[in-house]
Amino acid sequence: MDDLMTVVDWSRWQFALTAIYHWLFVPLTLGLSLIVAVMESIYLKTKSEKWLAATKFWMTLFGINFAIGIATGIILEFEFGTNWSNYSWFVGDIFGAPLAIEGLVAFFIEATFVAVMFFGWGKVSEKFHLVSTWMTWFGASVSALWILVANAWMQYPVGMEFDPGQMRNVMNNFWELFSGIAVNKYLHAVFSGWALAGVFVIGVSAWFMYKKRNIPFAERSIKVGGWIGLIGLLLTMWTGDGSAVEVTKHQPMKLAAMEGLYHGHESAGIVAAGIVNPNKTWNNDEDEYLFDITVPYGLSILAKHDLHAYVPGIADIIKGYTIDENGDTINTVSYEERIRQGKLAHEALRAYDLARSQNDEAAMLKAEAELRQYYPYFGYGYFDNVEEAIPPVGLTFTSFRIMVFLGTYFLLYFVAALFLVYSRKDWLANKKWLQWIAMVSVPFIWVCSEAGWAVAEVGRQPWTVQDLLPTKAAISEIQAGSVILTFWLFAIIFTILLIAEVNIMVKQIKKRSLTDLEIDYAH
Amino acid sequence: MANITGFSKRVWDLYYEGFKGMTVGKTLWIIILVKLFFFFVVMKLLFFPNLLQRDYTTDEERADHVRQELANRGS
Repeated sequence: MDDLMTVVDWSRWQFALTAIYHWLFVPLTLGLSLIVAVMESIYLKTKSEKWLAATKFWMTLFGINFAIGIATGIILEFEFGTNWSNYSWFVGDIFGAPLAIEGLVAFFIEATFVAVMFFGWGKVSEKFHLVSTWMTWFGASVSALWILVANAWMQYPVGMEFDPGQMRNVMNNFWELFSGIAVNKYLHAVFSGWALAGVFVIGVSAWFMYKKRNIPFAERSIKVGGWIGLIGLLLTMWTGDGSAVEVTKHQPMKLAAMEGLYHGHESAGIVAAGIVNPNKTWNNDEDEYLFDITVPYGLSILAKHDLHAYVPGIADIIKGYTIDENGDTINTVSYEERIRQGKLAHEALRAYDLARSQNDEAAMLKAEAELRQYYPYFGYGYFDNVEEAIPPVGLTFTSFRIMVFLGTYFLLYFVAALFLVYSRKDWLANKKWLQWIAMVSVPFIWVCSEAGWAVAEVGRQPWTVQDLLPTKAAISEIQAGSVILTFWLFAIIFTILLIAEVNIMVKQIKKRSLTDLEIDYAH
Repeated sequence: MANITGFSKRVWDLYYEGFKGMTVGKTLWIIILVKLFFFFVVMKLLFFPNLLQRDYTTDEERADHVRQELANRGS
């Protein structure tokens, strides 16, 4: 068991490392492609060479990010096949369709139109070039849809039926995959990319102002980046609220972990800032927090859009309280009972396997019927006690607060940037401390974005597929040593690639500021 | 036919001249190629085999293996 848990833990660390690294590039691609498309549209409307120069500058940075990010996501698929082969097979029929569509869309739309976008200046008509730029944005956004639909299915598995013969969840309703969780997750991720790119554009533009170069270019960029970032962030907050309502319905344990809430309340407050008590367990009398600043009614509003709603805590959920499709709190099946039913499902699966090996059709049918009865709690059968079904509370709680705190900070950031660029241009151009704040803030939008993923994925633990497959069942029988070795290999190669990207970007920013953008001085 | 040939040539020229005229793109292509080599040749071949593809020949065998794994791991 210890060796199994070492493999599980290192494989999770490895997956987290590659996913975090991949997500450094994706949101910038999603957002910067939109900013470039908007700038090129303005150029085509105004025919101003200033906007053409701005478009080409940001397009170059987009290209660097796009190129370095290429294929970083493929590593995750390698890990499915090696580290997570049980999971990979178990969900193969569901994941196959979205990932195949993603591959085709990414290849045909992105590869075709990215080439026209970069190589087509002067070779295709201006209108066709603009269409290509918009198609690049569209292709990247659609490509993200399929990955996020697949991820949402892991949080809320629907639209499938388990077939013990194939040992797979077989899709029986494609459209059910587009659940409320999937729609909110997709929009939340894409809009957050707009916000991230907005902060990036403002930060780089602030550097131009700091160096007293290309000030009009920087102001134009801040206007476009600021508006897209602000709209993106507001939409991110709106879809985040939608996600919270969906999580409350379908993953109440995750919501309780996000809040560090062990015992539910009506009119539940939300902890604006605090530290969870590491000694607190679901069945002891310790305080939930070492300290907390709570906003009254906040959690009830977040979870159910109702000031006085009851929100169950971890202990309540273990005892069987959950929330149904209508948002009503109901007492269903306790975790102890789920574990019992899960173990009965495993017994039925073993009986099915034996009957299958003996070609005993009657016994197979009997075992299959029993398996179907207990299948909703199949995954719980892998646990020896209810504690194993609780996500890491401290990390989920802290990640959620980092995301919300930084998200609020960036709302002020965009409002301030837009106010300054429209009403106090001289401040923005001359006050070094303002420029410093704009520049130093850039890495924190990535921290915010990655923290959001930590909430979604750490909060889902111990599941790979909610209620059906915990990580310790999803893992392959492999050696811990090889996972540890490849973890460090990835850590080294990813760090080198990241340093390369930042270096190339910085060089381009410095170089371009003296060449392509000199048009600013001429106008 | 002439139209198809003309279109193909324009597409070819677009890519050919595009790659030829690259400045920063050349460095990026080197990084992309090194990265792809490392990922697909070194990592995939040496460290990341698809275990079910490698160890079993038919889907039935793969399903049997996963069934036994998932049925017995919890016991």
